[in-house]
Amino acid sequence: MVTRVGIEVSIALADAVKLANPDVVAAYPITPQTHIVEHLAELVANGELDAEYIPVESEHSAMSACLGSAAAGARTFTATASQGLALMNEVVYVAAPMRLPIVMAVANRALSAPLSIWCDHSDMMSVRDTGWIQIIAENGQQCVDNIICAFRIAEDRRVLLPVMVHLDGFNLTHVIEPIIFPEQEKVDKFLPRNRFPLPLNPDKPVAMGDFAPPVIFTETKWAHEVAIRNSQKVVHEIWNEYHTAFGRQYHPVEKYHSDSAKVLIMTMGAVGETASVAIDEMRAEGMDIGQIRLRLWRPFPFKELREAAKDADILIVMDRSISYGGPGGPVASEVKSAFYSQAKKPKIVSYVISLGGRDTTVSDFKGIVKKSIEIAEKGSRNEYEIYGVRE
Amino acid sequence: MEKYAVYVPRLVKKQENFAPGHRACIGCGEALAVRMAFKALGNNVIVANATGCMEIVASQLPFSTWQLPWIHTLFENPAAVASGIEAAYKAMRRKGVELPENTKVVAIGGDGATSDIGLQAISGALERGHDFTYICFDNEAYMNTGIQRSSATPFGAVTTTSPAGKKSFGQFSWKKNMPEIAAAHNIPYVATATHGYPFDLMAKVRKAVDTPGPAYVHILSVCPTGWRSPADTINRQSRLAVQTGMFPLYEVENGVYKMSIDLPRLRPITDYLKGQGRFRHLSDDVIAQIQKRVKLEYQKLLEKAKYGSKTTKRKSRARTK
Repeated sequence: MVTRVGIEVSIALADAVKLANPDVVAAYPITPQTHIVEHLAELVANGELDAEYIPVESEHSAMSACLGSAAAGARTFTATASQGLALMNEVVYVAAPMRLPIVMAVANRALSAPLSIWCDHSDMMSVRDTGWIQIIAENGQQCVDNIICAFRIAEDRRVLLPVMVHLDGFNLTHVIEPIIFPEQEKVDKFLPRNRFPLPLNPDKPVAMGDFAPPVIFTETKWAHEVAIRNSQKVVHEIWNEYHTAFGRQYHPVEKYHSDSAKVLIMTMGAVGETASVAIDEMRAEGMDIGQIRLRLWRPFPFKELREAAKDADILIVMDRSISYGGPGGPVASEVKSAFYSQAKKPKIVSYVISLGGRDTTVSDFKGIVKKSIEIAEKGSRNEYEIYGVRE
Repeated sequence: MEKYAVYVPRLVKKQENFAPGHRACIGCGEALAVRMAFKALGNNVIVANATGCMEIVASQLPFSTWQLPWIHTLFENPAAVASGIEAAYKAMRRKGVELPENTKVVAIGGDGATSDIGLQAISGALERGHDFTYICFDNEAYMNTGIQRSSATPFGAVTTTSPAGKKSFGQFSWKKNMPEIAAAHNIPYVATATHGYPFDLMAKVRKAVDTPGPAYVHILSVCPTGWRSPADTINRQSRLAVQTGMFPLYEVENGVYKMSIDLPRLRPITDYLKGQGRFRHLSDDVIAQIQKRVKLEYQKLLEKAKYGSKTTKRKSRARTK
């Protein structure tokens, strides 16, 4: 029998980590990630999770300890946010080309200055090119499911790459949602023990992290690129398998009334659910509108995105961060490049919304859609629009 | 020191864990110290290496000098990486994963990685009590990037970023006392060593690794390139550093200080300074200033060791009763 539990998403996520039975958790507290690591520390302290919890002195050391742990062959988890992710940035870059299957939850939060503890995606964008697989959750259930999938994806022999699971700070981390927890036995079956191919072991010495002269550096980068591109197939496969085992299906691009809709809103993260309510209301008013949500940020699902928006005339892309002095919304800029080569493509309108935790409500979304249709018809001199800013 | 002094040739292992063929400079004291340390440690060791000379000379894809499982990731984080390895082994063993028994984790870094950029990570790892050993191979500047000053560069020494000039006599600050900082973490074992006293070095490294909990060994490693000294004098320089009191050899076991060598009196520091181009410019005033400071620091250390010998005596008396 399936039971839903009303539980805070951070706690649920930590419980999902427990279901995955990691060996090492190394983490440093930062708002809004704290409840995740507090609960993990508690689970370890109570003997409910048999793992080593390393209370490191910084995020830089958190990810560094994760490197060591994963290199030794242990299943490894950490979580961070915002400034923490920025501080560990150097180490985040190292994890992927060393092919260390670490799983990290990122409770998305704005980057300083000015200081803000609330959600946007500027931290996520700061690690865009680190070569990690990046999954974005929209609600608590997706956090739980994707944390378990993340370990499976990361440790797959065909992948061996670290995986980030993004969840919006506060908008997700601190809300109570009904969650269905998978059963432990089924998770154990879905997620067997980590078998890292060449761990640090005196019985079979390996050297990891050598330096590369120019004659070989490009090849190492290409190997990484091929690995992450090829990982998409495995991600689909594992999501399908998860569906068979647990009944919930995930896609790199999730569709909501999007088939043959003329206007599409594209979202990433928890605002997507508010947007869905707006879509429902607009459709009830007779508008031909749908929504697509990006679930997989890296590797970027070009094919699925093109397929999902092929019949649309207007595609409105919502970003929660700015690439300053550049194209504006980083997601919109990816989407534009995905469609540039296509013969038939929608008009793409880029909107920056919800920076530093500012709410975008159902009526805001309606306003954005109205304005975007105007822009798509008449054109705009702006590279992108920013919603509701007081100039 | 004890047993090595008697059975030297038979006790030193033939096997090289830091094998020849690496690309260190001629007369590299650090490569020598690393070689000795890992000879003493044997095969059941995992090494986490900081970026620096020893990483650059010993690893270049697709080659490696290391005969041990070895990982390099970044400059400032080997202590944190080592804590991850240690925790991983602990957890996996508990969960029944088959692993070799009694494997030791050793983090190594230069003086820059240790006393400057990695200090926080080291402090964190020592404080958390991981069962690992951190070895600092101190050649007293950022030699790998071209002899820039670090906080471990001695007072008055010339480096490329502490040059002597009309308004400068070189390094303007006193060498950061890393072993004391490590000892302040109340860890079970801290020691200083240098390659000029190889058996002392090997014994201390072995002891550090065999001590449960965190241990710290600080090894002065002569860099003829950066110190502007002849390549064939590295061991002489290393011994002079000890005999002049510039770099005293001692151990701190569970807070108890013990001098490693009895020096009836210190040689004048000029014996040490004159052999090195990095000190050549120093005026008599500055030399006198250094001499005064060295004597003072050495005296402070002797005082601590005196207290240490009292406590050990007290303990042994208690035992005999």
